[in-house]
Formats: sequence, C-alpha cells, structure tokens
Amino acid sequence: MEPVILPNIKNLHTIEVYEAHGGYKALRKALGMKPEEVVEEVKKSNLRGRGGACFPTGLKWSFMPKKTDKPKYLCVNGDESEPGTFKDRQIFEFNPHLMIEGTLIACYAMGIKTAFIYIRGEYERWIRMVEKALMDARRRGYVGENILDSGFSTDIVVHKGAGAYICGEESALMNSIEGERGYPRVKPPFPAQYGLWGCPTTINNVETISNVPLIVSNGWEWYAKIGAPKHPGPILVGVSGHVKKPGVYEMPTGVSLLEIIYKYAGGVPDDKKIKAVIPGGSSTPILRGDQLEGVCMDADSMKAAGSAVGTAGLIVMDEDTDLIAVLARIAKFYHHESCGQCTPCREGTGWLEKILNRFVRGEGRKEDLDLLMDVANNIEGNTICALGDAAAWPVQSMLRRFRDEFERRVLSRPVEDLVA
Amino acid sequence: MLGPHHLQHLEELKKLYPTSQALVLPVLWMVQEQEGYISKESMRYVADLLSVPYGHVLGVVTFYTMFHQSPVGKHHIEVCTNVSCMLKGAANIVRHLESKLGIRIGETSKDGKWSLAEVECMGACGGAPMCAVGGEYHEHLTTQEIDRLLERLS
Repeated sequence: MEPVILPNIKNLHTIEVYEAHGGYKALRKALGMKPEEVVEEVKKSNLRGRGGACFPTGLKWSFMPKKTDKPKYLCVNGDESEPGTFKDRQIFEFNPHLMIEGTLIACYAMGIKTAFIYIRGEYERWIRMVEKALMDARRRGYVGENILDSGFSTDIVVHKGAGAYICGEESALMNSIEGERGYPRVKPPFPAQYGLWGCPTTINNVETISNVPLIVSNGWEWYAKIGAPKHPGPILVGVSGHVKKPGVYEMPTGVSLLEIIYKYAGGVPDDKKIKAVIPGGSSTPILRGDQLEGVCMDADSMKAAGSAVGTAGLIVMDEDTDLIAVLARIAKFYHHESCGQCTPCREGTGWLEKILNRFVRGEGRKEDLDLLMDVANNIEGNTICALGDAAAWPVQSMLRRFRDEFERRVLSRPVEDLVA
Repeated sequence: MLGPHHLQHLEELKKLYPTSQALVLPVLWMVQEQEGYISKESMRYVADLLSVPYGHVLGVVTFYTMFHQSPVGKHHIEVCTNVSCMLKGAANIVRHLESKLGIRIGETSKDGKWSLAEVECMGACGGAPMCAVGGEYHEHLTTQEIDRLLERLS
C-alpha cells in the first residue's frame, strides 16, 4: 500500500503542494454533509485511536452532547512522550495540513469552535512548523470565521507543553492547558461531559485526527478494508533500537512484527538474534524474540500475544542486550514521571526502580522476584490514571517471560558477606 | 518585566483562552525565553500579571521539567538516556561529553558556557543516540560527531 499519511511528495508541508494534491477537499466535502453524517462515517470506518488505547474514534465523538449551552472543545494530543514513540513528529514536519484538516473536520462534526493542539515543549522546532502551517491555512480561509463561506467557524490554538510525560494523559493534558500542574483527573466524569473548563471535550491523538480527512475523502468502505478488519487503516510504526534502518514506517495495520523488523527496518545489525521487543512504546508488555512468529501490529493480534499496540513504537533488542538494565531504565522513567497524586504509583515506582537497580548491580535477592511482582500488582489498577499500569506492565511481563534473566542476577551469597 | 513584543503577544493570547490562569504556561515560556530562567521574582511578576496566586505559579514551575529555576549554561546540552538511546550507546555519549566539558550531568561550567543535563525520551528514537543543544536536536551521535559539534559551538 502506498503511504497516505506520510506520502512521498516533496514539500507536502507547504499549503500550495498540499492543495495541489487534493488537500482541504475533504474539508469541503465534510462541510457539505450534516455533522452527524461525518460522525457516522468515522464510526463505520472503524478508526481506532493511535495514541495507545485503540479506542474507537467515532464512538468517542458520539459521546459529545449535541445540545449544550457550554462551549465545546477539541484537544489534539501531540504530547508524544512514550519512550520509543516518534511518529507524530513526522506528521508535524511532513504533513501538518493533514492534521489541521482533520482537526477542522472533527470540529465541524462535533460542533466545536475551539481546538487546542497540545505539543510537547521539546518539539519547539516542530511547533514553529505547525504554527506556520496554521497561519497559511488561516490566510486561505480554512481556519477562523465562516470557513469557506459555510457559516461554520472554528479556531485552532497551538499550546506548548513544558516537559511532563504525564501531560499525554488526556485529563492531565486538559489541566495543563488550564494552566495547572499536569495532574490526571478522576474519571468519571469523562471529558465529553466535563472536560476543559468543565465543558464537553474530546481528546484525539495527532495521528488519529490525521486519518480523518482520508476517511471523508475516500469513504468509510475504502478505509475499513485497509489492514486488520477490526483495527483497520494505515498506521505509523516507529522502529528503534537494534535495527539496521530505524525510522517511522507507514503500513497497513496487521503487518507481522518480523516483517516490520526484517523488511521495513532492514533486520538486526550483524545478523544477531532478537532477544526481545517492546512492541508499542515502553509501557507495553515485552515479548520474547523467539515467540514473535505470527504476532502482528493490530489490537487483537497483540492482545493474543499478551501485549498491546500502544503507540506502535517498536523497540528491538538483540541477543546481547542486558534486559535487566533496560527494565531498570524504564522503571526509572516511570518513577521520574509519576505525578505523585496516588500513593501506589508514587511509592511503588520508586520501589520498582530501587529493587531493579539491585539486580543491575548483581545484588538481587531471591525474594526480590516476588517482591517486584507484588509491588507491580499493587500499582496496577489502583491509580487515577494509566501511568501506574504503564509502570507495572513492563515489570510483570519481564518477570513472566524472562525470569531466567533475574535468576541469573540473584546474589548467591547473603548481602552481609558482600558488606563484609 | 516582559518586553513589548511579548506583552503584545499576551494580548492576542488573552482572546484565545477563557481564563487568565490558562496563560500561566505561555507566559512562563515568554519569561524563560527573555531571561533564560525563571526566578522567584519572575514568578511573582507572572502571578501579578495574570492575577493568580504566587503559590500556583511556583507549583507550575516546579512541576514541569523544562522550566529552569536557575540559569543554565550558554549552551545547554540535554542527552537522552532512555531505552532507545541507551541501546545505541547513550552512556558513551554522556561519558564523552562529561570528559570533554569537564562537568558532570546536572552541572554548569565555571565560565557559564556549558551545562549538561540527562533527559527523558525526546521523541527522536529513530535517530538514537541523540542530544539537544539549546533545544536543537542532534541525532545519530558518535563521539566524533560530538567533537565536531562542540567545536562549532566553541
């Protein structure tokens, strides 16, 4: 399949080239439809969120109240902070108008007058690119008052983050836009009822929203046929770690991980074996390299394999990788990024890091294996947001699938001997 | 304290957000762009400017890692050591930078020219290992590449 999110067209980021290749035609088409018809189209397409949870996008949109006195908001989530994830940045750089057009269609479908594109602060250079694209779109009458003489108005604002992984969590993101610390909110109420400033709000990932113009242009039937039937469409897969050609590759959903690694990313340097892969960003459960046969990049296949699509940020680790060191680094990350609201996460992530560092130093104790699992199990499901789960899953999956790695690091002598 | 250019931008932003508290992050960014960091005095200024409590501004500044509460070096180098970069030798990059600059992670050189920080994933995993200097990304780093980079900045 030819790429459609990131097609190989020179200077597509400019509005002239984007328009020359059919850009903003989907917006015109959508404006000629009824808003609920647009929602229906997205629903039937089976588009599922590309930010990690794979939630059906059309269904999410349909949660927005139709009759309300309050303003409604759309947040486009470009916080992109899950380690191993670097796909939205490609959209900002190479096809920002696709995202803008998708944002406008989403706003029209849900009757939204203001959209915020939240981009992580580290992406300063890409924020400037998106702002330039927005300025051009505004000049052409696509953004602002009375868009293309349709009577529909909407404005788009770029909001710059300031360094906090947790702001990729939708309710923390809204707090961040409100000028607060990025603390996740207790749900319910869900954002569609009580979101930004207490108003109905929808939050969609950058890549998700960029799929929308393609669905409107080509129709849901076209879209639903791409890739895995229950999780269709093009998907941006970021491949990093031990591969010859790391990068972001667009493909239909449902491509096997081995094909992604060997065909798209050129295989493992020095033809080493794959020890393990983290398939969808650092929080997704780790998979053994010798159990990848038949595992594909779509929600069902990944679930059956005991992991998740997540952000489709695939990290490949060769046979010489010290997995305990990798896991300790992941634990350090979640400890650092825990916002501190919930005790199981705030304390538990620190415990995980500390215990794992014992194994890194070769000072792990036999009972630490159970302790690790116990701490992880007590974080999972016991926190306001999914960061706790994100910290627990890598540890639980590593203990299940690579127990031998830990056992090898268990100190054979009592700690007292070592001190002496 | 903010220059006329920033104050004018602030007026435009006020039209886009329904509350003045929502402008805390954008205004803090303006302060940091102008001053290089955000002092307690600046936080009081932002609190007054936006009519929000000083404690709120302090809370926000201390939550977000990109807001500096003290000056950083003229060239602020941030090295990612998260998984993808780690797998591609981020530890070597850190060691090389520390030895070339004579400072450790978290330190600023005596002449104020360099500062070095370890950061979490910056979303450049395909270009690992990487660092950012003054926010500008440098990917596919090698020790030779760092030598060239430092020379250019010297």
